[in-house]
Amino acid sequence: MNIEELRKTRDEIGKRRERYDAILMVCTGTTCQARGSLALVDRLENELIKRDLTDRFLVVPTGCLGLCSEGPLILVQPEGILYTGVSEDDLADIVKQHLLQNNFVDRLLYRLEGKAIANMKEIPFYAGQQLLSLRHRSTLNPEKIDDYIGANGYQTCYEVITGMEPTEVVDTVVRSGLRGRGGGGYPTGLKWRACREAVEKTGNHPVVVCNADEGDPGFMDQAILAADPHSVIEGMMIEAFAVGAKEGYVFVRKEHPLALRRLSKAIEQARRKKLLGVAIFGTDFSFDINVHRGAGAYVSGESSALMQALTGRPGEPEAKYVHTTERGFRNMPTVLNNVETIALLPAILEKGPVWFSSIGTGDVSKDPWNGNTGTKLVSLTGAVKNAGLLEVPMGTTLREIVFDLGGGLPEGSELKAVQLGGPTGGILPESQLDLPLEFDALSEADCPLGSGSMIALDETTCMVQLAKFMVGFLKEESCGKCTPCREGLVAMDVLLRKIASGEGEKGDLDLITEYGQTMTEASLCDLGRSAATPVVSTLRYFRDEFEIHIKDGKCSAGKCRDLISYNIIADNCTGCTVCVEACPENVISGEPGKPHVIDQDGCTRCGICREVCRFDAVEVR
Amino acid sequence: MSDLSKLDKIIDRWNADPEFVVEMFQDVQDQLGHIPRDALEKVSDRTGAPRGSLFHIATFYQAFSLQPRGENEIQVCMGTTCYALGAQRVLEALERELGIAPGETTPDGKFSLRKVRCLGCCAIGPVVAVNDEVVGTIRPSDVADFLTGLS
Repeated sequence: MNIEELRKTRDEIGKRRERYDAILMVCTGTTCQARGSLALVDRLENELIKRDLTDRFLVVPTGCLGLCSEGPLILVQPEGILYTGVSEDDLADIVKQHLLQNNFVDRLLYRLEGKAIANMKEIPFYAGQQLLSLRHRSTLNPEKIDDYIGANGYQTCYEVITGMEPTEVVDTVVRSGLRGRGGGGYPTGLKWRACREAVEKTGNHPVVVCNADEGDPGFMDQAILAADPHSVIEGMMIEAFAVGAKEGYVFVRKEHPLALRRLSKAIEQARRKKLLGVAIFGTDFSFDINVHRGAGAYVSGESSALMQALTGRPGEPEAKYVHTTERGFRNMPTVLNNVETIALLPAILEKGPVWFSSIGTGDVSKDPWNGNTGTKLVSLTGAVKNAGLLEVPMGTTLREIVFDLGGGLPEGSELKAVQLGGPTGGILPESQLDLPLEFDALSEADCPLGSGSMIALDETTCMVQLAKFMVGFLKEESCGKCTPCREGLVAMDVLLRKIASGEGEKGDLDLITEYGQTMTEASLCDLGRSAATPVVSTLRYFRDEFEIHIKDGKCSAGKCRDLISYNIIADNCTGCTVCVEACPENVISGEPGKPHVIDQDGCTRCGICREVCRFDAVEVR
Repeated sequence: MSDLSKLDKIIDRWNADPEFVVEMFQDVQDQLGHIPRDALEKVSDRTGAPRGSLFHIATFYQAFSLQPRGENEIQVCMGTTCYALGAQRVLEALERELGIAPGETTPDGKFSLRKVRCLGCCAIGPVVAVNDEVVGTIRPSDVADFLTGLS
């Protein structure tokens, strides 16, 4: 495909879209699919065929629209009207009322304090966002390359390949201040520069690798790959041109079948149009991409481990005496960037480094380390009203994200803390919420930004249990190669279990801290070095809670089983027998109409009685 | 004895290249439901990869199982968000109802239970997947009815 053909396709797609009175974008992101959105696409198409309306309206299965907690979502374009919680029974009304009679289907609109908001842009969750890596959200069908071309796709890499010197591209990215979105925050342009230097020194061919081995939480990079796979391909082309690579690899987890399928399809389409392959755009630039399916191991997302996994070995880290940029995949100079970083590249090259660095914070004109520029994807989940995927300028405060975009917590709940960065991330209490979303500020607070996952935790969260969970997770995921990580996590786990069962002793917390320091200083890879972060940060901000467990043998959140009991409040109990039926241990007794009693000896504190009780008659002590 | 012609086809697909043993195992796992001993041996014989390192791979990655999995594979997401939303109690309810621990299969071969790290549907946690179909916001008290619906 040459540039004339590319432009022709773009203009045709634009005109084709204009022919329709409305386009119905049905979210087919992972969560909406889990709630049946693929069936909505089929049913909606059938409804239009039945009413002979296919000339006027178009149905497009699109990537993640972001507001996952309200799905399945349908967005009516170009007006931008968002319908939430759509079921198959609602489709006839959307067609009849909205498309034909121009009246919104009120019951499906998003509601804020009872008031309906029809336009997506006016919903606070969307109003506070700025889209760069998700810039094609709600505009295209990820399975059609023409849709991407219609959105000006592959134009930027044409300009780059035919009009720029590779070193100019590297300089542009350095000046933009772009830092790796996978969690490390290393300036992308500097990584490329190091790779170019290694190539000059060794004469080996460089390779570009896209890290899509996103573990937990696993929906940001997957969402980009599933919503806009061509932006990742275009980004990798720019990257390959800048460092002089002919080969690219994408490492995707098998647990994310949607991302895997759409990316593979997109690569095939790009090859057919000769956007990947030999002599792209008739130049001497050749490049192709291979997809590698990961088989699921948290540690294999670590850079040296990923190089192993790509060549059919267990994804275990290696000692890093030499940087990956110098000797990585098959001992060749390798540039490893994550999906989000790569997806930002087309926008940076199209609009320039000054534009990019004007978003976010700091002055990066001289030093990319001196700021946090551009936007960041955040997966906001847990105890918030609006949970999902969002993109905000760097520097946005955590409070704005949780309360303005996320809508705060459900009625009756209070925010206790936020957990950032997944299982190797940290915890921040409510009092630290005015911290900005920035690499350096959050690292200083012992709570690294990581990949951008943010979990809101309410007052029912026990910090001892949470620390125990994260240590347990890492203990299972540690590859066991180096002693500090392998043994340190086991030792921490033993102490945390002891504390959670009320048998903690004075000195345990100091011992945990000491283990953490050793792990941080002496582990082989980043997983081991950051494995103590969850415990270090929970201890920094919630030491009191640990001490209460140890000194008083109490769990104020009511989560540590050995320290609590479930009891029935006789005044509230109506004697409905629902809990008697539901108790898996058959330890609740009582006659209908009379207050029931839990036999504490047989109770396993599973909590099911409290969950099924409709009269708030079961309390935790 | 597993179907050896199937195995040969899988190994051929990856040109018996030892660099693609993970891919071969993924295909074996998909088609046979687990990695049987003779499959591991055959992959070793044909690719030249030592049996020990193949055993390392088959036990390192979570996608592989050396034991046959049940008719219904129940995966409980134990990612951080699902945990924060109560996945531990959902897992315990499943263990209690099925009488097996994670990683095991019921004696009648109907169910196997497995923990997974994040299925990517964090906004509707806790999440459980049955044969790759995702069920969101499941509560421990839903588990008994949920299993009845499957059998």
